[in-house]
Amino acid sequence: MAERSFAKEVQQLRVGAGADFRGEGILAVTKALLQSGVSYVGGYQGSPISHLMDVLGDAREIMAELGIHFESSASEAAAGAMLAASVNYPLRGAVTWKSTVGTNVASDALANVASGGVTGGALVIVGEDYGEGSSIMQERTHAFAMKSQMWLLDPRPNLTSIVNMVEKGFELSEASNTPVMLELRVRACHVYGRFTAKDNVRPAFQLKDAMDNPVRDVNRIVLPPANFLHEHEKISKRWPAAVDFIRKHRLNEFLGGAKGDAGIVVQGGLYNTLIRALQMRGLADSFGETDIPIYVLNVTYPLIDSELRGFCADKRAVLLIEEGQPEYIEHEVNTILRRVDLQTRVVGKEVLPRAGEYTGQALLAGFDAFAAKYAPQLAKGAAAPAAPSPNAPDLSKVVPARPAGLCTGCPERPVFTAIKLVEKEIGSHHMSCDIGCHLFSILPPFNLGNTTMGYGLGWAGASAFNAPDAKKRTISMMGDGGFWHNGLTSGVGNAVFNKTDNLLVVVDNNYSAATGGQDILSSRAVNKSRSTNHPIARAIGGLGINWLKVVRTYDLAAMRDAIKAALTTKEKGPKVVIAESECMLNKQRRVKPLTATRIKAGERVVRERFGVDADTCTGDHSCIRLSGCPSLTITDNPDPLRTDPVASVNNDCVGCGHCGETAHAAVLCPSFYRADLVYNPTAGERLMARLRAGVIGWLQRRADAARARYAV
Amino acid sequence: MQTNPITVAVLALGGQGGGTLADWLLEVAEYCGYLAQGTSVAGVAQRTGATIYYIEMFPEAAARAAGKQPVLALMPVPGNVDVVVAAELMEAGRAMMRGLVTPDRTALVASTHRIYAIGEKTAMGDGRARSADVLEAAGVRARTTVMFDMDALAQKTGSIISAVMLGAVAGSGLLPFPRDAYEAVLAADARARDSNLAAFAAGYDGAARETPAVAPVVAPAAQTAQAASPAGQALLDRARAFCPPELMAIVTPGLRKVVDYQDIAYGALYLDRLEPVVAFDRQLGGARLGWELARETARYLALWMTFEDVFRVADLKTRGARIARVREEVRAAPGQIVAVSEFMHPRVEEICDALPVSLGAYILRSPRLRGLLGRFFHHGRRVSTTSLSGFVMLYMLARLGRFRRRSLRFKTETARIEAWLAGVREAAGYSYELGVEVACCQRLVKGYGDTHARGLRNFDAVMGVYRHVKGRTDAPTVIRALRAAALGDEEGRALAAAISGLGLAP
Repeated sequence: MAERSFAKEVQQLRVGAGADFRGEGILAVTKALLQSGVSYVGGYQGSPISHLMDVLGDAREIMAELGIHFESSASEAAAGAMLAASVNYPLRGAVTWKSTVGTNVASDALANVASGGVTGGALVIVGEDYGEGSSIMQERTHAFAMKSQMWLLDPRPNLTSIVNMVEKGFELSEASNTPVMLELRVRACHVYGRFTAKDNVRPAFQLKDAMDNPVRDVNRIVLPPANFLHEHEKISKRWPAAVDFIRKHRLNEFLGGAKGDAGIVVQGGLYNTLIRALQMRGLADSFGETDIPIYVLNVTYPLIDSELRGFCADKRAVLLIEEGQPEYIEHEVNTILRRVDLQTRVVGKEVLPRAGEYTGQALLAGFDAFAAKYAPQLAKGAAAPAAPSPNAPDLSKVVPARPAGLCTGCPERPVFTAIKLVEKEIGSHHMSCDIGCHLFSILPPFNLGNTTMGYGLGWAGASAFNAPDAKKRTISMMGDGGFWHNGLTSGVGNAVFNKTDNLLVVVDNNYSAATGGQDILSSRAVNKSRSTNHPIARAIGGLGINWLKVVRTYDLAAMRDAIKAALTTKEKGPKVVIAESECMLNKQRRVKPLTATRIKAGERVVRERFGVDADTCTGDHSCIRLSGCPSLTITDNPDPLRTDPVASVNNDCVGCGHCGETAHAAVLCPSFYRADLVYNPTAGERLMARLRAGVIGWLQRRADAARARYAV
Repeated sequence: MQTNPITVAVLALGGQGGGTLADWLLEVAEYCGYLAQGTSVAGVAQRTGATIYYIEMFPEAAARAAGKQPVLALMPVPGNVDVVVAAELMEAGRAMMRGLVTPDRTALVASTHRIYAIGEKTAMGDGRARSADVLEAAGVRARTTVMFDMDALAQKTGSIISAVMLGAVAGSGLLPFPRDAYEAVLAADARARDSNLAAFAAGYDGAARETPAVAPVVAPAAQTAQAASPAGQALLDRARAFCPPELMAIVTPGLRKVVDYQDIAYGALYLDRLEPVVAFDRQLGGARLGWELARETARYLALWMTFEDVFRVADLKTRGARIARVREEVRAAPGQIVAVSEFMHPRVEEICDALPVSLGAYILRSPRLRGLLGRFFHHGRRVSTTSLSGFVMLYMLARLGRFRRRSLRFKTETARIEAWLAGVREAAGYSYELGVEVACCQRLVKGYGDTHARGLRNFDAVMGVYRHVKGRTDAPTVIRALRAAALGDEEGRALAAAISGLGLAP
């Protein structure tokens, strides 16, 4: 079960024509898919489209009613290949993932489906993880659209436009026999808004119709001679068909005024930011009305030559707002204009940042520079925001950085504490990281890890380090998500086949945790619609790993010993430690309400939590450097003689016990204690507790009295 | 007349409930006939990082009148934000750092409590950011501020900070929505209706009240403090006889700690050691210089004399007041059974330290005995201080503390203390400032086991340098810099680098 449930929200997916639909962008996309008569949906979770996968998962019932097959794909490659269903049959299908990373993984399948072309509409919904909040390399999906000639939609970021583009995207795909990509930026994925719904459509041609009546067309298969045919088809047939459709259905919009010798060309997704910048300069109102001509590219690939030439013909200069780099659109617009000898100045990266997100400030500054140089009539130079008082403290030296970190009680924490402890004994090791929560090891307080090469590629990232004369082994990390995504073959299979001598630590926490706690093959949960409970150890054993240890992560000493053994054993060959314990975030979501119910029902429940004795803590914070648990924090030293803050455990503690284990394993200090709070104790237990408290209290009062005789 | 959207940015930590607050605000706006749009960039920041949510609201009536939909932005632009809500003090600082708070327009609603960032927590000394700077900046950079400890109110009402913040936003009157609209939205969610409404009310009242952002510091009344026993009073009187009143703020708790640690005679020893330092300070013009030499020596002498050995730990763990404090910390209900277990890991060294001098030293010298004993103390132990066996064992150990003076550790520490005191006196002879710096070096020695050994190593290294540089005029600066370097990292890299930088072998 995913971290967040959309069970309530998905009920809105049933609303019919004319009803008001309210929700997140991602939920609106789901509704748009249903309105479009889609037959199958697949994808792989990851910010910012994790919620789309979660919504689809929670909407299984509704989709079943409409005869839609939804798959949680094993990887983006698997999802991309799913589009093959639309090649021979009039089946509409959609797949989704985080981009550009997911598109990288899927690009083999995508290139194939784009080469052969499609009969039914094929839509790839990509969450463009670029700019603030992103966790990946900063690249553009645009390049993939261009290289495989798939059309790229970039709608204005309001729900009505997004929904409309999903529907039109399928039509465009069918009209041009080409898969279409719909790009949604991070904020657009999460934007809450509303649109007017339509009825859901049950596809007339169903999956079973295709399966029962297979159709074969050798010309749609990427193999000579058809592969050569496909390239020509793209240029001579599919591209012109796409251009016709885009023009006829006015997918791009001409907004703002009609006159003036300066205009703006903008990617649809940046339209709202542009309007806000113009509003701040007094050039647009709250409804986006402005005298400046604006050409909105809701389709950013392909560009429509005639529309661009028409827009630019009467203008001296246009401001081209294109986020990211390389600036493919700017290059193309220049070519389109110069080919017909139009000399309109195309002003893009000249005034706007070459790299980085186009924020409101960036567009304001870019527009001001454009206006000053090319459109002085627009250069109003509205008052800049008041500068902060010079006396105000410089906060950049005060406000601390807040890197992402492992959650309270996270079962991955002990793995890295163990590695730190091993390093203290036998020195540092090269560490190849993977994608997942465990990648936070590279951040404070652990500061562990050298590289990360992509999802499931942790062990492959260390494959070069196979030198017989080396004195140390390498450590590789992999999560269960990455393991099933491709790590089983690219990591474990590769290591076995090439006879590595290094260590892989697989973090098995029952979920694809970093992306929001989705189930995977090795999840322990019983999932009605998926087959789970396939142990990683069995898969690894099947591949011929002989050195394998399965360790409960919270057993710090065992974890430390297993890792140390793997790094020091005389035995040659690949070594794997599987670190098992359930993701605490998901466990708490599961267990907390249950515990509350049990306590209410009068059942005996023991709740553990940890604490630090401020009296014995001396404020060195070694424990925090080895743990970094959010609930292990600091507080004022109660001793007036000491100035350094003492460690303290706050009330978020879930009682995982790691801080106590660390104090033991690293021989830190006697300050940690565990408190077991007993709810609804038995009568015998109550009696014993009273007896014990009586004796202990008597002894304590004796000692107190002795101390009182000489207390200052 | 042009209608502009109302813009609100919410800054919080991942997992703190910023999204919940944003959702409520959207619902309140819609409830009041506004078109509301909200968005976020959750991503990895959801895992304890800094998150931001952004909301725009526009009156639906104005949109209907115009027959058009407003174009709402998806990210805040500096100079264009009406309300910034920050769920923690440094996040308020971050909002200002990002330029989201401008004096012409922005109201800042922020909780003044701190959730320390990892960098602040891992510092070996005190790495906490200066809250006062953020409070000062808020006064200058915001149009108006509503700042108080919303976390405390959340704890008090058994709710979440989001509900208190919603109350603070409502109570501040910054948004054109009536109180009952907020309450209707909260009441619609049955799960935690009562506690949420209570927290909302607390936040509402908090915003309405004039609350000082920082609690005034109450000066401790150390000068007039009375001892709890006649014997203690005699010691205190003796201290007052030779200490200037302004020193007593440290000497009183110092004396209290030392006596509590051992006995009256030990308190007398503390004063015996302190008295010449105070006299020397007076001679050097301490009255004029603020008695810094005597103050820091008094502070660190008390800390050193109360070194943490097994007797001390056993004593502290078995006191009656301690179990009461634990119960409060873990929020045990009155009468609830709480079992407490301690994570202890005494090593052979600590055990030998507690033995009589000759026996302890003998074992430590004999590899065979040491190894044999080591086997018993190889693993950490969990001792339950709420069980009879665990409690009585520690209780008896604590009582053995009366024989502490015969222990190996006591002998070692006495020698160290005497050497350090002599060093302070010698250094103060070179310059007053150098004396203070040497006194403060005791701060490096703290903790248990490896931590204590590391601290001692650093202390010895700094004192080693002291012997080389004591004649130089920049000696105080050097010592201060080395102390900071010693607290720079666990491995001692910064200290080694600083010492080699002086041209001395580390």
